[in-house]
Amino acid sequence: MGIALQLLFTGLGVGSIYALVALGFVLIYRATNVVNFAQGDFAMLGAFSMVVLCVDLQLPYWLGIPITLVAMLVFGALFNFAVYYPLRNRGFQPVIISTIGASILLENGVLAAYGPRPQTLPSFCSFPGFSIGPVFFDSQYLLILGVTMLMVTLQFLFFERTLLGKKMQATSQDKEMASLLGIPVALMIVLTFMYSSALGALAGILVAPVLFVSVGMGSSIALKAFAASIVGGFGDVTGAIVGGLALGVVETFGAAYISVPYKDAFAFILLVVFLLFRPQGLFGEKVAEKA
Amino acid sequence: MIGIVPNAAHKPAAERRTNRGRGLLFVVTATMTVVAPLLLPMSAYYLNLLMQASTYAVAVLGLTIVLGYTGQINLAQAAFFGLGAYSVALGTVSFGLPFWPALFAGIGIASIAGVVLGLASLRLGGHYLAVVTISFQQILTLVLSNWISLTRGPDGIPGIARPIVFGFSFADSGAYLAFCVGVLWVVGICVGRLKHTKLGRAMQAVRDNELAAGVVGVDTYRTKVIAFTLCALLGGLGGGLFAGGFTYISPDQFSFAESVVFLTMALLGGVRSPCGTAVGTALLILLPEWLRFLKTTYLAVYGGAVILIMVFMPEGIWGFLQTLRRLLWPPAVLPFGQVAPLPLTTQVAREDDSIILQVNQLSKHFGGLKAVDEAELSVRRNTVHALVGPNGSGKTTLLNVLSGIYKPTKGRLFFEDQPVTRLLPHERTGRGIGRTFQNVRLFKSMSVLENTIIGAERPGNGVAVGSSGVEQHALAALDFVRLAEFRGVAVQSLSYGHQRLAEIARALAGSPKLLLLDEPGAGLNTVEKSELVQLLKRLKGHGLTILVIDHDMSLVEQVADRITVLNFGRCIADGPPAEVLRNPEVMTAYLGNAKPHVAT
Repeated sequence: MGIALQLLFTGLGVGSIYALVALGFVLIYRATNVVNFAQGDFAMLGAFSMVVLCVDLQLPYWLGIPITLVAMLVFGALFNFAVYYPLRNRGFQPVIISTIGASILLENGVLAAYGPRPQTLPSFCSFPGFSIGPVFFDSQYLLILGVTMLMVTLQFLFFERTLLGKKMQATSQDKEMASLLGIPVALMIVLTFMYSSALGALAGILVAPVLFVSVGMGSSIALKAFAASIVGGFGDVTGAIVGGLALGVVETFGAAYISVPYKDAFAFILLVVFLLFRPQGLFGEKVAEKA
Repeated sequence: MIGIVPNAAHKPAAERRTNRGRGLLFVVTATMTVVAPLLLPMSAYYLNLLMQASTYAVAVLGLTIVLGYTGQINLAQAAFFGLGAYSVALGTVSFGLPFWPALFAGIGIASIAGVVLGLASLRLGGHYLAVVTISFQQILTLVLSNWISLTRGPDGIPGIARPIVFGFSFADSGAYLAFCVGVLWVVGICVGRLKHTKLGRAMQAVRDNELAAGVVGVDTYRTKVIAFTLCALLGGLGGGLFAGGFTYISPDQFSFAESVVFLTMALLGGVRSPCGTAVGTALLILLPEWLRFLKTTYLAVYGGAVILIMVFMPEGIWGFLQTLRRLLWPPAVLPFGQVAPLPLTTQVAREDDSIILQVNQLSKHFGGLKAVDEAELSVRRNTVHALVGPNGSGKTTLLNVLSGIYKPTKGRLFFEDQPVTRLLPHERTGRGIGRTFQNVRLFKSMSVLENTIIGAERPGNGVAVGSSGVEQHALAALDFVRLAEFRGVAVQSLSYGHQRLAEIARALAGSPKLLLLDEPGAGLNTVEKSELVQLLKRLKGHGLTILVIDHDMSLVEQVADRITVLNFGRCIADGPPAEVLRNPEVMTAYLGNAKPHVAT
């Protein structure tokens, strides 16, 4: 029982990271109808930026984290203009390839600058954590869980309670109608990219002390986040969060009770099961094509 | 007008000469590329590079079929490639098999994996297919690295054998490369030919408009599964050749990153043509080599180059060259030949007015909305039956249930006294139900003739597959709607009115017994409308049964023998036009209630 609870806690922590990255996927997908294959690299860039600022330049975290997030907001806008905007009217295949190209560019750019050796980032809290009964609550995982919940709440309030949030929602639901109502659609999409980029970077910052900071860290997280968003129901925000958490838990339990080397396979097996029996995911709706 | 039947035997001599010249050039080029590795002295480094390019290209040709022709995404081509490679490696090294049985085992295993994955996921398509293939890719990579007793894990497998044919050994790298290039040519030609076969056209129809493809008679699911299986098969073949070429393989050569590379090669070169595939593969293998002088940053520059190429050449390099060629040398207008009359279903006696289509208590609900509610309808042979009703009365929904796009919530359908309620769209088309769409759904990347040929190739049409008869039949249908002179034109460049006619021709080419027309007059101007009325009258004269939906009462009055009025999903009137149009309930439905509403 104690072990199971411990695994549940760790699983939720890991799952929150998937959820954060999956949120970024879903937001961009809803705004542009395109899957951004460089989403994971936003996390990687966030983590590397922290290594540069807080390890190499010895800045304190309270300065390093805001600088990283602001830099990633700018980066998201640049990404939009370089990778998405020129191809926006040309269907999904060219955009997918373009984001794949961006992913190769980013990963190898960082590789050229930093070399293949994984970097480490010290934990944010000086105290390691605490125990309640048999369960040890690691401070970094607590932080990850807490920040994820905070972000989800803020995002909910932003989209439901602010005018800008509602404009962005309108854009994602019907671009043509939104532009007829005077909403600057292109600007809304830029903002979506900026926010998704910062959200990805935040996931990277949070996970950096737990994992090694490496060039490939983003793509492996992104694949699972993608799987999580399908399990949750593609294009659905709640689905992305629940899917991410569920995937983290399944993976952690699978690794503990079934097999460690096949740890990464559980996410995909869960995904295939879902696609066969509930393809619309947990929260998605079945839609019929109109003739 | 030149009186030439467009048939290969009657092509102008000049055209035949250029075709022969091209064929000769083609054979010479092919032979030279195969012989070159045998004769030219090459460094081991370049041999390896070319070996990689030729074996990869075979696998990328699989993507030409699945992505380029059929429009389905596959992010696991490296996994199928890996299945082929590991079969050859394990077969020759661990199980002591000769090269050939190992290669065929690899092709077989990859194809089986392709069939299973395709059957499981192709009903969904789109992003789901992307994710299923990624999952398969990831699981296979994990198995290759962790099932050490079988695959030898991350260390890989050295000492893979190369083939021997009639005592001639391909152990020499130059000879083996020549063999691979030969295979590549054969596969490339087959894939190029596929595009112009019935299967190839079906694939392109699925890509351009899956819904319309089903209605025209293409078994869309089967076509997608076949495409996916062929793709997996070519992946297995390429992988098997790759293993023989490098004599050493390890799991990291078949990772997700490699699948992405395969996909990029296909899209970069131009995914709709085998030539594009070759260009893309060669470029992406050579580009990193050319960029080596940049040392550590070369892969980053390569990523940037991919973005730039997509921005400036979204159709891929080959697609870009094709567009350029069309701009510089526009294609000559095809001579429009004499066309045999359309053999419509005249075998049915004109006076036969038995019921061809019977609809019993048919309902279609969307959640709480009753779009069609216990509708009753009988359509008699040799009549034009009109289905009218105000907007939102459920006409198009009813038509969609009739053609099998929607499954009815309740009720039964009989066509020629046979139950068809459970049949899929293409099966109904096979029985002889044709249709057009309210919003024109043509296969937009194909020519007018190709669109019509797909219609003529419907199952049960009685025209032999692959014969010039299909083309003649399609031409006859085009001539019937007066579009024969536009046969070589891309459907996209037709005017809206002509697009509607092309859609009718596509349905007519399938010689339907019952033709469903969904608002054929929508968006047409007065001249086009009167032409449409003439066309419908001519069709009626040929013994075709037509069920037409339209708003335009003058059009309906001119052509209909019988009218059924639908309101809120229910049939409220049925009978000859004069009688129905005077029905007070019908007038209320169209013009609103005459009685004033009294507020209480």
